[in-house]
Amino acid sequence: MAKTLFDKIWDAHVVKSFGDLSVVYIDKHLIHEVTSPQAFDELTARGLPLFRKDQMLATADHNVPTRNQHLPIEEPLSRSQVNKLTENCAKFDVELYGLGHERQGIVHVIGPELGLTQPGMTIVCGDSHTSTHGAFGAIAFGIGTSQVAQVMASQCLLISKPKRMRITIDGELRRGVTAKDLPLYIISKLGTGGATGYFVEYAGSAIRGLSMEGRMTLCNMSIEMGARGGMIAPDETTFAYVEGRPYAPQGERWEQALAYWRTLYSEPDATFDSEYHFDAQDIYPMITYGTNPGMGIALNGLIPTEVSSSEAVSFQNSLKYMGFAPGESLLGKEINYVFIGSCTNSRIEDLRTVASYVKGKHKAQNVEAIIVPGSKQVEQQAIAEGLDKVLAEAGFELREPGCSACLAMNEDKIPAGAYCVSTSNRNFEGRQGPGARTLLASPLVAAITAVEGRIVDITQYLN
Amino acid sequence: MEKFQILRTTAIPLPIENIDTDQIIPARFLKATSREGFGENLFRDWRYTSEGTPKADFALNNARYGGHILVAGKNFGCGSSREHAAWALYDAGFKAVISSYFADIFRGNALNTGLLPLQVSDEVLQRLLDQVEQDPQTELVVNLPEQTLTVPAWGESIHFDLDPYKKECLINGYDDIDFLVNQKEAIAAYETTRAWAY
Ligand code: SF4
Repeated sequence: MAKTLFDKIWDAHVVKSFGDLSVVYIDKHLIHEVTSPQAFDELTARGLPLFRKDQMLATADHNVPTRNQHLPIEEPLSRSQVNKLTENCAKFDVELYGLGHERQGIVHVIGPELGLTQPGMTIVCGDSHTSTHGAFGAIAFGIGTSQVAQVMASQCLLISKPKRMRITIDGELRRGVTAKDLPLYIISKLGTGGATGYFVEYAGSAIRGLSMEGRMTLCNMSIEMGARGGMIAPDETTFAYVEGRPYAPQGERWEQALAYWRTLYSEPDATFDSEYHFDAQDIYPMITYGTNPGMGIALNGLIPTEVSSSEAVSFQNSLKYMGFAPGESLLGKEINYVFIGSCTNSRIEDLRTVASYVKGKHKAQNVEAIIVPGSKQVEQQAIAEGLDKVLAEAGFELREPGCSACLAMNEDKIPAGAYCVSTSNRNFEGRQGPGARTLLASPLVAAITAVEGRIVDITQYLN
Repeated sequence: MEKFQILRTTAIPLPIENIDTDQIIPARFLKATSREGFGENLFRDWRYTSEGTPKADFALNNARYGGHILVAGKNFGCGSSREHAAWALYDAGFKAVISSYFADIFRGNALNTGLLPLQVSDEVLQRLLDQVEQDPQTELVVNLPEQTLTVPAWGESIHFDLDPYKKECLINGYDDIDFLVNQKEAIAAYETTRAWAY
């Protein structure tokens, strides 16, 4: 049977199958401080060694402060969790790009930028947004802590094969529409459970046209539609991005790898368990109004007035939490916080987008705008390009790398009741701090919101 | 992992759809480095005011309800991969969650924690929620070996699906690590076949 991209990589990694379950080999295992300590303890309790420590990489990202990273972490529990990671990595001899390291950063930002993420791989991390790495044509997905321990102990997982879905977007994107608007649009159509049980491949001319950064933004949010992961067939854009990075294969091995990577695509007559087609022209700059990422509308659209009866209660609760009414437009709503960051949108291209818009402008008085780069490398690159000055002059605060207000595990919290236009991926109740009200959008929408101090139809602000 | 065979208990209704892992256990409570104690902060922001006083209208604080099963709205456990969500439910005394849809990662995490994610149809879920809300003393019986959920008040047994291997694991308290570690030879042999790759 003609294989999909997913099938090809999956089949190449099956060690053994038992009925519906397969022992699947994992090429790269990324870990961070929040979901790894109990897994290390599990290993210790069972007296098991790490099976393939060289295929692991650790970083500290979720808890880290975004100011004064050279000082010890003030918050005691965060400090102890980060210290625990350092201790575990020392004890088990795992490579750690911890706080202060020039390669530290959000786990899903550093994997790709180091060239660790490559086409054809299986990649896991105790973190749902591991789907980001699928942008390279890899099978990448998030796992729970018990599974982290399993991979540590065996470099494998015992899992069943997901169903395959393809989402095709053809056509040219409208002005002001960026990669982030694609998942916000798709999820608004499919719902947060719309792809549960599936692994998604994104295809079509609009996807081909995306940069690697844009592809990562799209694949990153696959989990928000319930999918196990998302992926895009590797092409010249992918190869050009990977080539020359620290962990990328070199010389003859590069040629070998490239020859293999070029075989990674879905055969023309391969079938998917589910298919969706969208037209790029139907997609406008998006924003969310509710408390799950599926509650999105075009910026100049209206909050729906009707939802299915089973969702009615959640819908009302959600609007109550957000302080919005059915049928309302978001245009003109005052915004007091703008957060640009997270593994969805904290890469150099995102910072460039923001800087190029805000250059020579200034944020509105009523807004606090923070930009948290995804990694030390992004931060350094931004400084090398002078973006830090542009941002500072526009009144944006460029912080040090980490997850920050994406999940508010550190001190970067949005106050209760305040609205925050955020480039992150989740607008759940309390996600950015207890009572915080999150509106998800692209970095471009976020930048314009910061300058205007309210939600505007951005198409009128682009030249 | 504790063994799971037959569970006979009352249930707590939580008729909210799309309950995400940030609601089950907010990120700021994920800083512990052991598995225990997360139950205290289960549904933290729904259960307590910002001052820490219990909110009387939340089901878990309602003296009418009790038991080891949570009956929750559709699409339970979406969001993050944090196994802490399953640990928090388990730590708070839940042995099973009934819903009409579970997010993939949550389902796997629950099974690895010894917490049964029991999936029923939308229709059965609605009947269960109504039943438990009207009569909180309603007993539910989960028979794992038989894969049935029985509501004696209805005189009805409902079959539920579960992967046969996962079922064995739950019944016997086994987990995947033991299984995988026993496959090491096959895994090492597999590695030699693609040594060039990475
Ligand atoms: S940035 Fe946000 S979504 Fe990404 S890994 Fe960190 S906490 Fe998770």
